[in-house]
Amino acid sequence: MTAGDAAPARGARGPIQAWDVFTNILTVGLAFVFGFPLFWAVSSALKLPIELNVIPPLWFPPAPRWRNFMEVNDVLPFFRFMGNTAVITVASTVGGVLTASLVAYGFSHFRFRGRQAIFILMLSTLMLPIEVTLIPTYLIFNELRMVDTFWPLFLPDWFGGGPFAIFLFRQFFLSIPRDLSDAAKIDGCHVMRFYRSILVPLSVPVMITLSILFFQGSWNELMRPLIYLTSMTNYTVSVGLMFLRTQILANVAQRGEPTEHLLMAGSVISMMPSLILFFVLQRYFIRGVIMSGIKG
Amino acid sequence: MIARYRSRSRVARVEELWGFLLISPWVVGFLLFTAGPMLVSLYFSFTEYAFPLKPAWIGLANYVRAFARDELFGMSLWNTLYYVGLAVPLGVCLSLMLALLLDRRISGRAVWRTIYYLPSIVPVVSATFLFLYIFQPDYGLINGWLWKLFEVEGPGWFNSRVWVKPTFILLALWSAGGPTMIILLAGLQNVPGEMYDAAKVDGAGRGRRFRHITLPLLSPTLFFVLITGLIAAFKIFGAVYVSTQGGPFYGSYFYVLHLFTQAFSHWQLGYASALAWILFVIVLVFTLIQFRFSGGWVHYEGETDNRAS
Repeated sequence: MTAGDAAPARGARGPIQAWDVFTNILTVGLAFVFGFPLFWAVSSALKLPIELNVIPPLWFPPAPRWRNFMEVNDVLPFFRFMGNTAVITVASTVGGVLTASLVAYGFSHFRFRGRQAIFILMLSTLMLPIEVTLIPTYLIFNELRMVDTFWPLFLPDWFGGGPFAIFLFRQFFLSIPRDLSDAAKIDGCHVMRFYRSILVPLSVPVMITLSILFFQGSWNELMRPLIYLTSMTNYTVSVGLMFLRTQILANVAQRGEPTEHLLMAGSVISMMPSLILFFVLQRYFIRGVIMSGIKG
Repeated sequence: MIARYRSRSRVARVEELWGFLLISPWVVGFLLFTAGPMLVSLYFSFTEYAFPLKPAWIGLANYVRAFARDELFGMSLWNTLYYVGLAVPLGVCLSLMLALLLDRRISGRAVWRTIYYLPSIVPVVSATFLFLYIFQPDYGLINGWLWKLFEVEGPGWFNSRVWVKPTFILLALWSAGGPTMIILLAGLQNVPGEMYDAAKVDGAGRGRRFRHITLPLLSPTLFFVLITGLIAAFKIFGAVYVSTQGGPFYGSYFYVLHLFTQAFSHWQLGYASALAWILFVIVLVFTLIQFRFSGGWVHYEGETDNRAS
């Protein structure tokens, strides 16, 4: 809004041009607003404590202090948290993509009684808040003695990977003609060969898209890791970052100097994998979002 | 004849068997992690269940407690409605504005789109910590600017009971350029350009073209992002849990935080299950209301296109 204040002054050159100037300034101005916090995080992560809260603010630290990223690991085993999260993410992605594609294969290429009803039932679980099933699921994993292990965080994904993943695969598989598989139905060898040598190779883009969604889900998740992981060696990045702040605040009370550089360094580390993945696979990110937009 | 009929039905039966076999992972998972837990939590919601003691049936007492005796329930519900009621409409408006800005002839569109999108992929804990720092009342950037530019003493943001909810709304708005914007942008790009040209020839101004062409054609998409946004906003948890923990003075004590506290701090699993079911019903009712009212203003192009319904 503030960026556009300059636009009416140009109105003399004709209404269309003034509008274009206004919207262009708005586009760039908003980019600054949205991008600024990220810039500030990186800038702060590279500062010395005395450079942190000075007036006027220091935008570019003269001597970027890369060591901050290592110091985070001295406060808490932050790189270990990264490793833990990576293990959970890979396990949930592999299980989710594999089983979702199999289930979707069943829904798309096989006729069986109640198929439509089961499919609608499956889609309707999209509306269910996980809070409703959280407590009994916790008790199940508690009975199985899996609390404080990674199992509760990825095992549920091995049962079809969730309604959206199945839906996405099914929509894609439906575009692959039935008659290709009709002949292959008689025996199991052919059923699985069709899956392996035709469906899987063709659906690589869908798999990449879904892997991104699973990755984001696992990497950002907070509530379930908070419930299930009790010992620090098992923490994920999100939980670890939260404890990093607690730890740092405790240290502040002792030393009295600002520590935002460490907190920002931790935040930057934990957002890095997502950002890198986004820049490498931007096309698939956007595709996944648009697909989720038409699932309704 | 008969032989052929038999053999075909045998094939059909084999096909059916394979179908069931392939979807069985989902069926097992559904029974184990969805349907089973749903029924169990419904049962728990009628019990007093102070884990690890055994649950004991108390009928509707948990629901009565929520609506009649639990002040924190009312408070958390009000806080959540306040948050949802502002964050979702404002967020969709901002997303729409960003999408409209990008849906023009503009150089470097991919760059702007990327910058708008980035905040939405920042993990929620990192994003919250960033905002805690920028909105820090004493030495944060925002209050520094407010003082320097307007000589205004900025509010306490996360530290103020009054301002904490608007601050969380701002945090939500930061990711308005994410998936919602991309979905709206895809919707905008489906609007045929000839319609605008025809309207221009008829002398329709920018505002009228937006109101009579863009909005009606985009309404199914808007409807979809409203519903999903609403449901997501209702479940706000992570950002609050890692920053204010519901404070100050319960100013940001949102619904799911109350549920989580009851369940995993106080281990009142019966009461927490009742809260979960109330949440489920609220989300469901909101969804149904939106479906109901969508008839008046949501325009579906063609009869067969019911993808967004």
